[in-house]
Amino acid sequence: MELVRRQFDYWATTYRRTWKGSIISSFVNPLLFLSAMGVGLGGYVDDSSGPQSLGGVSYLAFLAPGLLATTALQTAVSESSFAVYGKFKWNKVYSSMTATPLRVVDILNGNLLYVGFRLATTCAVFLIVLAAFGVAGSIAGALGALLSAVLVGMACTTPVFGYSAWIKTDAAFAVLFRLGLIPMFLFSGAFFPVDQMPDTIEWLAYLTPVWHGVELCRGFTLGSAELWPGVGHVGYLLVWIAVGWLWARTAFQRRLVEASS
Amino acid sequence: MQQTTDIDPLVRARGLTKSYGHVEAVRGIDVDVRPGETFGFLGPNGAGKSSAMRMIAAVSPVSAGELRILDLDPATDGPAIRARIGVCPQEDSLDMEITVRENLTVYGRYFGLSRAECRERADELLDFVQLADKAGDSVEELSGGMKRRLTIARSLINRPELLLLDEPTTGLDPQARHLVWERLFRLKQQGVTLVLTTHYMDEAEQLCDRLVVMDNGVIVAAGSPQELIAAYSTKEVTELRFGAGEHEAVASKVSDLAERVEVLPDRLLLYTDEGEAAAIAVHERGLRPIAVLVRRSTLEDVFLRLTGRTLVD
Ligand SMILES: Nc1ncnc2c1ncn2[C@@H]1O[C@H](COP(=O)(O)OP(=O)(O)OP(=O)(O)O)[C@@H](O)[C@H]1O
Ligand SMILES: [Mg+2]
Repeated sequence: MELVRRQFDYWATTYRRTWKGSIISSFVNPLLFLSAMGVGLGGYVDDSSGPQSLGGVSYLAFLAPGLLATTALQTAVSESSFAVYGKFKWNKVYSSMTATPLRVVDILNGNLLYVGFRLATTCAVFLIVLAAFGVAGSIAGALGALLSAVLVGMACTTPVFGYSAWIKTDAAFAVLFRLGLIPMFLFSGAFFPVDQMPDTIEWLAYLTPVWHGVELCRGFTLGSAELWPGVGHVGYLLVWIAVGWLWARTAFQRRLVEASS
Repeated sequence: MQQTTDIDPLVRARGLTKSYGHVEAVRGIDVDVRPGETFGFLGPNGAGKSSAMRMIAAVSPVSAGELRILDLDPATDGPAIRARIGVCPQEDSLDMEITVRENLTVYGRYFGLSRAECRERADELLDFVQLADKAGDSVEELSGGMKRRLTIARSLINRPELLLLDEPTTGLDPQARHLVWERLFRLKQQGVTLVLTTHYMDEAEQLCDRLVVMDNGVIVAAGSPQELIAAYSTKEVTELRFGAGEHEAVASKVSDLAERVEVLPDRLLLYTDEGEAAAIAVHERGLRPIAVLVRRSTLEDVFLRLTGRTLVD
């Protein structure tokens, strides 16, 4: 842990350069999405399908936690794709760290902690906006949703770290974005219940970490969370984090040590 | 060579080997670096210098053989070794997104220095490499030579006992090179042990107490620059330049005038202890070279002798 702590100043220096922009966009994005889709589209959905279709809640209240989870997804991917690849390829930050007492795992964990921090701040701001719209749930519910969002964010982060350390050219990100990020964003139950879709797609959605994150966040903001499904979602996300971390560690090790050049 | 067997070497390698898949970059080298000396790896592109340096830096794992650094095993004590050494890699790995000074302060933290120490050290080192006026600039604005000096400064942040420099002056202009040489000399006087790689023989001659000549992953000769020159070359060299393509033909006409004749694409080298006399003898045979130069032997000649190739291609 001491060796991870020593990286604090590096990440603080990096964050200081970007925090204003990132805080502003963390406010503006949910504001735009909630106004357009939650209030605009939501009013239309509620009028035409009646209150029972989404289990008795407004579309705005249904959508809000879904957007929270997909925001975690987007933040996670943006902090672990080009940001990580670039530190191998263009700005040789990791390589410079390997010449110090830091070990590869320390370098990986330091960066993961920073992503965790970015997820926590972005999602906290998001929840403040949700509260302004009256859809953040109780205080305990909002805190539970925040933790869930960070959890699903990390479940998307560690595998993408592995991917970014493993690929040879940045063209490979197009594959990740088209086959991973965008489908997960659209089809993981954030915008409509997944049982609306054909069975195969529904089951694919259950495999993604994002669906579990959406379910957790929604359970907390709507106050409808149940213990055992919740434990299942958390456990499933932890498995993604663990497997992703193992892959990331192997890929970092290979890139930084075995093929050091 | 002086006998210093009673002092433990800072770096001790026996049969040290590095392979990347099927490529054997370092093929069993023996090296001892003694405290306080400046030790060089001299060799052409691809000789295995950087591969050897990265193992000594406790970054790249040893493929076979034995390696001890500061009497520690890099396989198990990597962090402890790296805490006490400084590394200037061949390729600058500076952070382009933060300032010149932040590159030093942030780096010092990895070694466990306090923030105050980092600030103090950063200012000292920026003075040392004459970059104090660039402290607040972003690294991107620095010239190549300035980046190199910053990388050297960064490698000194933890006051290393052992400093590893992989081609410290490649790409620098002559003035910047002399500044770096002068600074490295000062460090040596302060008792820092230096290990450097280079393909500049003048750099090796200027800086190194002892060096090894590497080619193709093996050490082909070892010793002080003077010892190597005495062992593998003559005192003087007479260089003759003729028209393009004539060198082969002329070589047979002058081969008896020197101990050894080397034919290069652009010139002929006569190895002899009496360079002037050889030049006069060439003239007396009616040969009219475009240019004649008599000079002392250098490590370049040693290298040519050992490998049949010139060092800088
Ligand atoms: N990471 C790597 N993966 C595979 N092969 C490598 C790697 N690094 C070096 N090599 C190979 O090992 C050999 C030695 O390379 P090395 O970089 O050690 O030489 P060098 O003496 O430092 O050369 P230069 O003067 O060009 O820096 C070369 O054939 C090179 O292609
Ligand atoms: Mg090299």
